[in-house]
Amino acid sequence: MNPARIPKRTFDAVIVGGGGAGLRAALQLSQANLKVGLLSKVFPTRSHTVSAQGGITAALANVSEDNWHWHMYDTVKGSDYLGDQDAIEFMCRNAPAAVYELEHMGLPFSRLDNGKIYQRPFGGQSKNYGGEQAIRTCAAADRTGHALLHTLYQRNIAARTQFFEEYFALDLVRDDEGYVLGVVGLEIETGEPCLFEARATLLATGGACRIFRHSTNAHINTGDGLGMVLRAGLPLEDMEFWQFHPTGIPEVGSLISEGVRGEGGILYNKDGEAFMPRYAPNAKDLASRDVVARAIAQEIRAGRGCGPHGDYVHLDIRKLGAEKIKARLPGIRELSMQFAGADPIDAPIPVTPTAHYMMGGIPTNLHGQVVTPVRTGPEEAVPGLYAMGECACVSVHGANRLGGNSLLDLVVFGRAAGQHVIDYLRDNPIPRPLPGEQVDKALARLARWDRKQGSETVAGLRLEMQKIMQDHCGVYRTEALLKEGLEQLDKVEARLPDAALADHSRMFNTARLEALELDNLMGIARATLVSALARTESRGAHTREDHPKRDDDRWLRHTLYFRENDTLDYKPVRLKPLTVETFQPKERTY
Amino acid sequence: MRFRIYRYDPESGNAPRMQDYDLAMDPAGKKVLDALIAIKDTLDESLAFRRSCREGVCGSDGVNVNGTNVLACITALEGLKEPIEIRPLPRLGVIRDLIVDMAQFYQHYRAVKPYLINLDPEPENERLQAPEDRAELDGLWECILCGCCTTSCPSFWWNPDKFLGPAALLQGYRFIADTRDQATNERLDFLEDPYRLFRCHGIMNCVEVCPKGLNPTQAIGKIKSLLVKRAL
Repeated sequence: MNPARIPKRTFDAVIVGGGGAGLRAALQLSQANLKVGLLSKVFPTRSHTVSAQGGITAALANVSEDNWHWHMYDTVKGSDYLGDQDAIEFMCRNAPAAVYELEHMGLPFSRLDNGKIYQRPFGGQSKNYGGEQAIRTCAAADRTGHALLHTLYQRNIAARTQFFEEYFALDLVRDDEGYVLGVVGLEIETGEPCLFEARATLLATGGACRIFRHSTNAHINTGDGLGMVLRAGLPLEDMEFWQFHPTGIPEVGSLISEGVRGEGGILYNKDGEAFMPRYAPNAKDLASRDVVARAIAQEIRAGRGCGPHGDYVHLDIRKLGAEKIKARLPGIRELSMQFAGADPIDAPIPVTPTAHYMMGGIPTNLHGQVVTPVRTGPEEAVPGLYAMGECACVSVHGANRLGGNSLLDLVVFGRAAGQHVIDYLRDNPIPRPLPGEQVDKALARLARWDRKQGSETVAGLRLEMQKIMQDHCGVYRTEALLKEGLEQLDKVEARLPDAALADHSRMFNTARLEALELDNLMGIARATLVSALARTESRGAHTREDHPKRDDDRWLRHTLYFRENDTLDYKPVRLKPLTVETFQPKERTY
Repeated sequence: MRFRIYRYDPESGNAPRMQDYDLAMDPAGKKVLDALIAIKDTLDESLAFRRSCREGVCGSDGVNVNGTNVLACITALEGLKEPIEIRPLPRLGVIRDLIVDMAQFYQHYRAVKPYLINLDPEPENERLQAPEDRAELDGLWECILCGCCTTSCPSFWWNPDKFLGPAALLQGYRFIADTRDQATNERLDFLEDPYRLFRCHGIMNCVEVCPKGLNPTQAIGKIKSLLVKRAL
C-alpha cells in the first residue's frame, strides 16, 4: 500500500508510551519548542508508573549521611555486577538533581520535620560501600509513582505537549539504511491506522511481566516496544533477568512495597520464625530483592509456608502502630484489605514472590540511543531510535534492580534521551523519504486479525503461554525445566496462526488490541526462555539450580537475543565508570 | 452468576441494550473486573471496557454497578445483588459498551491549571515545606481521575459543559492548598463563577462514591470560604 493512503502526521519527535519515562522525555522536547507527539494506548495517568509505591532513590542525605558514590556501589553490587558502570554512575550522580527537579515541578513528597523531603530505608542500601543501612529512598507516602506520574503529566499539560491518547503503536518504520522514521499507529477509538512520521522515535512502552501468570504488573504491560524492536530485526538484551518481587499478594499479584520492610515490617514463616537473618545475617529483611525472593521460595519449599496450601509467608508491620501505618503506608493498607482481606494494623499480610520487573530490554547507551552490533564491529546507535525506562536496558539494573531505582531510571534517562534527541534533530534537519513497504508490513499485522476462520482464541493461547512461563521460568530454573518450557512454547506459538477473532468491528475493538499485544508477549517469552537456557550460571534474579554459582569468567557479559533463528550474541559489561574507579566484581553477600 | 451488562455497538446502527450473561464463577475474593475479564475471555470477546492496573490506582475502570459508580477492579462480587447490572458511568457519551468519552472530564481538569505555579528562581535543593503544610494536601493529591465522583453529581448532569465537577475542583484546590504555589488569586478568580464552582450544592454524591475515600465537597467548601474571606 502507498503510505499516502493512510493519514499521516508529522512531528519532530514521536514518543510511544505515556508513563514516567515517556512523559519526562516529552517535557524535555516540548520545553525546547520541538513538535512532539506522544502516543499512549491508555490515558497517560493510567500507565503502570502509577503503581510504583515505595519511592525514588537519591543520595540526598536528608536523614542519614550519604553520597552518590555509595548509591552507585549499592547499585553495582545489587546488579550482581552485570550493570554497566558508566550508566550507573550517570544515574546515581544525577539522582539528587532529578529528585529536586521533581520537587520543583510540584511533586507532593512527604516531608521531614525540618521541611526536607522524607526518605526511608530500602533493600540493598548501605553507607560507606557495604556498611550499615542507608536511608535513601524519597517518598510521597506509599504512592510515589502516582505522585510522579501525575506531576509529570501535569507539567506536560503546562508545556502543551500533544497527546494521542488511546493510540496503539503497531510497528516501527525503518528505511534500508537503518534510520527509524516513525511508527505506524492505530487510533483505538476509530480503529483506523495512522502514520506518525518523525525524525526521532522514542520508545517508552514499559515492562512485560504479563508473560507470567502471576505478576504485579498492570494488564497493559505487554512489552509492545520490545515486540516492535524484535520485528525490526534489532536485538533484546539480558532477557533472562526478571525480578520476582519478594512481596506480592498471592494469586492476585498486587505489590506490597519494599517500603513496608523499610518502615520495619518483618517476614515470618508458619512457625512464627523471622527467617531472613538465616539468609542475610546483616541486612536481614532489607537484603536485595533477589535474595529475599529466594529466601521466601526456600521457606515455602521446605514446608514452612503459611496458609492452607503453605504457599505464602507473613509480612508483619503491626508493631509500627495504627497511626504510622495510616500516615506512611495508606495505599498498602488499602491493597491488603481489598485483596488479601487483612488489615495490616491488626493482621500480617500474606505475601509470595511475584514477577515484577524486567531488567532486560531494548539495548541502549546512556543517552537512550538504541544500540545494536553492526556486523563484526562494535555496537552502533540505530539512527533516530531511542528507548528509555523499563523497556530499555541501559543497563543500570543488571541482573537485579534495587528498589527505588526504577522511578529514578525513568526520570534520569527520560531526560537524557530528550536532551540527546534535541541534538540529534539539530544535526538531522531533513526528513528522509518513507519506505512504503514498511508501512504495508505493519498494516498486514493489523489485517491478519480480520480473518474469520480459526480454531484458537487469543485468551486461550495467552493463558497457556503465561502458565508455561510461570512454571518453567520462575525464581528457580534448571536446564530441563527451561527446555521443557521452550518445547511447550514452540507448540503454543505454532498454534498462533490458527487464532482468529470473533469480533471484527473497528471502533474500540479491545479484542483486536489483545491479539496484537499477544504477538508482542509471545516474542518476549521466547526471548526470555532462549536467553535463560543459554546462561549457565546464577546471577542476580537468574537462579539456575544446575549452575548455582556466578561465573564471571564466562558470563560477565550481556546477552543479546535476535528473533531470527533465536540467535544469541553477547557483549561485554562496561566495567569502566565515567569518572570514578571500577567496582571490581566480588562475592555478593548481605 | 448472572450479569446484565450495557451494550452499545456504534457500528451496528442499533440502539443500546442490556445483555445478560451467566458466568460460572466462584465469587469468593473476586472483583467485578475479574468477572468482566472472564466474560470477555470465555463468553463474548466483543464486550469492551477499559482496564489497566487492576488494583484501584490507575482509574481506568470506573463503571456503574447496581446503580453506584465504582471501580470494577476493587468492587467485590460477593454481596452484590443479582443480576449484577453494569452500565457505563452516567452522563458522559458512550463510545462503546462500558467505555465512555472522558474528553469533557479531562477538559475541566485541564481548565483548573493542575500544575504548580511558582515563579521564584528554583533553589539548588528542594523547597522546604513543613509536614503540617504538606498534610494539607492529603486527601487531594491522591485523586486518580476515574470520574466516579463527577459523573455521580446532579449538578454535573445538568451543566456538564459549565460546572467543573468535583474531580476538577478537588484538583483546583490541591494547588491552592499547596504552600509552594503562588497563583492562589488567579485560581480563585477563575473559580469565582456562578457555574464553574457555585453549581455545587453540597449534595455529596461525590464523597459517597469516591473509591479513594476523598472528599471533594469539603475541598469545594474550602474554596468557597477562601472566596468569602477574600471578599471581606
